[in-house]
Amino acid sequence: MAATEKQPITGAGPFNGILTWVDERFPLMATLKEHLTEYYAPKNFNFWYYFGSLALLAFVLQVATGIFLTMHYKPDANLAFASVEYIMRDVPWGWLIRYMHSTGASLFFVCIYLHMFRAMLYGSYRKPRELLWIFGMFIFLCLMAEAFFGYLLPWGQMSYWGAQVIVNLFAAIPVIGPDLAIWIRGDYVVSDATLNRFFAFHVIAIPFVLAGLVAAHLLALHEVGSNSPDGIEIKKNKDPKTGIPLDGIPFHPYYTVKDIFGAAVFMFVFAVIVFFAPEFGGYFLEYNNFVAADPLRTPQHIAPVWYFTPYYSILRSITINFFWIDAKVWGVIAMGVSATIFFLLPWLDRSPAKSIRYRGPIYKTALAVFVVCFLILGYLGTQSVTEGRTLLAQICTVLYFLFFLLMPWYTTIDTCEPEPERVTK
Amino acid sequence: MMKRLLGVLSCVVLGFAAPFSVQASEAEIRLEAAPIDVRDAASLQAGARTFVNYCLNCHSASLLRYNRLRDIGLTEQQIKDNLLFTAEKVGEMMNIAMTKKDAADWFGPAPDLTLIARSRGADWLWSYFRGYYRDPNSPTGWNNTVFAGVGMPHVLWELQGDRVLIEDVSKDVAGRAVKDTRGNVIKSVRFETIRRGTLSQAEYDTVVRDLVNFMTWMAEPDQVLRKQVGIWVLFFLAILVALSYALYKEFWKDVH
Repeated sequence: MAATEKQPITGAGPFNGILTWVDERFPLMATLKEHLTEYYAPKNFNFWYYFGSLALLAFVLQVATGIFLTMHYKPDANLAFASVEYIMRDVPWGWLIRYMHSTGASLFFVCIYLHMFRAMLYGSYRKPRELLWIFGMFIFLCLMAEAFFGYLLPWGQMSYWGAQVIVNLFAAIPVIGPDLAIWIRGDYVVSDATLNRFFAFHVIAIPFVLAGLVAAHLLALHEVGSNSPDGIEIKKNKDPKTGIPLDGIPFHPYYTVKDIFGAAVFMFVFAVIVFFAPEFGGYFLEYNNFVAADPLRTPQHIAPVWYFTPYYSILRSITINFFWIDAKVWGVIAMGVSATIFFLLPWLDRSPAKSIRYRGPIYKTALAVFVVCFLILGYLGTQSVTEGRTLLAQICTVLYFLFFLLMPWYTTIDTCEPEPERVTK
Repeated sequence: MMKRLLGVLSCVVLGFAAPFSVQASEAEIRLEAAPIDVRDAASLQAGARTFVNYCLNCHSASLLRYNRLRDIGLTEQQIKDNLLFTAEKVGEMMNIAMTKKDAADWFGPAPDLTLIARSRGADWLWSYFRGYYRDPNSPTGWNNTVFAGVGMPHVLWELQGDRVLIEDVSKDVAGRAVKDTRGNVIKSVRFETIRRGTLSQAEYDTVVRDLVNFMTWMAEPDQVLRKQVGIWVLFFLAILVALSYALYKEFWKDVH
């Protein structure tokens, strides 16, 4: 921070005095400038750039609605299911808060997936944004944990058996597995002890970590600056007099006003689901979860919520015992790697061009195949298993991993176009 | 080989063999669309009466309060006079006197019905109540086309009467059974009434429609309000979208 004397604040009318008083004791203006009014972002952000701010909005919505749900929810195996229906029926506007929370969870994942896809389109994970990407990946993993813990709380049949299936995956780990599963559950089966600890993780531990990671993600972004749809750095072309990037515009007011428009559209879509299709055909609220958890009755068909289904498909697709190690263990490993392999993207990608706009046909094809495989795996994860579906899931699983594992090779031989000097439309 | 792999998959990977093998072999049951309307107060009231008279003895609706029935157009006095058999006060939940343990000991579990329309769906309930038939091989003497081996006898039998299921095998000109591509004999199924009930078929369908309508309402009493509020919220948000778009375009005029 420059050692220059701070100037009194002007232009805020009757608030000049109080703002000056605060600014003398707190870096108010400096923070606003650094992160909003003098944070320069490329002027050519497109549709894909809405989802970062929308994910933040979804996070805030989840925290706000979650606080009110906590006021009426009872984390007790005997009371939990009825307390959710108490919220739906007897708490004034409780149904609205609950539907906002259940819809918000799914739309949070929609935003995060599209946000990640944006990074893959324009190479936003490449140098110097590797750490920014890693923080983002930790946010993604925390979000999955948050969703998993939260899904047990309504204590319906799917809550209960879904948690049972996932915790049993840990039991597959050699040697320590069975003890680890008991340690996670706090019991030999999913029970009141499990519900209580999942509640603690869902309402305080994970949200706390998430908030910290979001702050780190934003700080890292503002340190290196935003990537552009052309994959080029606006900091390379600065006005020699002012030092402002020629292709940059201040985040506030330009992107705040643009993101407000994005937020309004998002809330419109959000409201359509909350008010007219809160179950979303059984994808956001599963029908079987309107039956209270019954530890003695296994549902015929256990499917995770849609945002977990691609990884669940990968888990189920491993059916062969390689090297005398159980297929289940390989399945768990494959599932874990499929969700975390994104961490390596900054180092797997060797392409001279960052943005898909200037990459060659090989990467474009690879990305398209990857997206198709991801969607097919997601669909298969909601369905029961047949021989044909298992085979399809196995093919998609192989292609899913080849997209990453062959990336160092195919991005090197791909024929890229030269990147432009300045950003385009 | 694939069979073995599938076996490994369903047993080992998940630890549950049942979910997937059963689901895969489960025959598709065709459900009829329930002709219900949860805004029809007269139908809901008739359905409430049928529910209280016929269901709320073995089954509870433990997440619904009696005085919630004001939402379907009844007064507290009407509720007290006509429907309040299993509780003292209108603010109480629609519970039953029988305990779960007694029910299980006597004839098996009788699930709480508050949310059954959300887990099973209205179409399932509509088809279920119209799918009962006499079956001498079943312990209760009843079976159901939607719920094979159902544990509950036909509670509305007095109204509908006794029916049997007739399977007609399609035959070709030579009198041989016609088979589909998988080699299964093509059958068509129809009911035949062997003893008339107190209601005609049309009257019985009305009773069932009202009952299913009530059960659908009961599963989410605020569903009509939800949609009414939704219209206003979307109206407001549409204006917000338009205004924020205008604001965005105004600010961005000087960005080239």
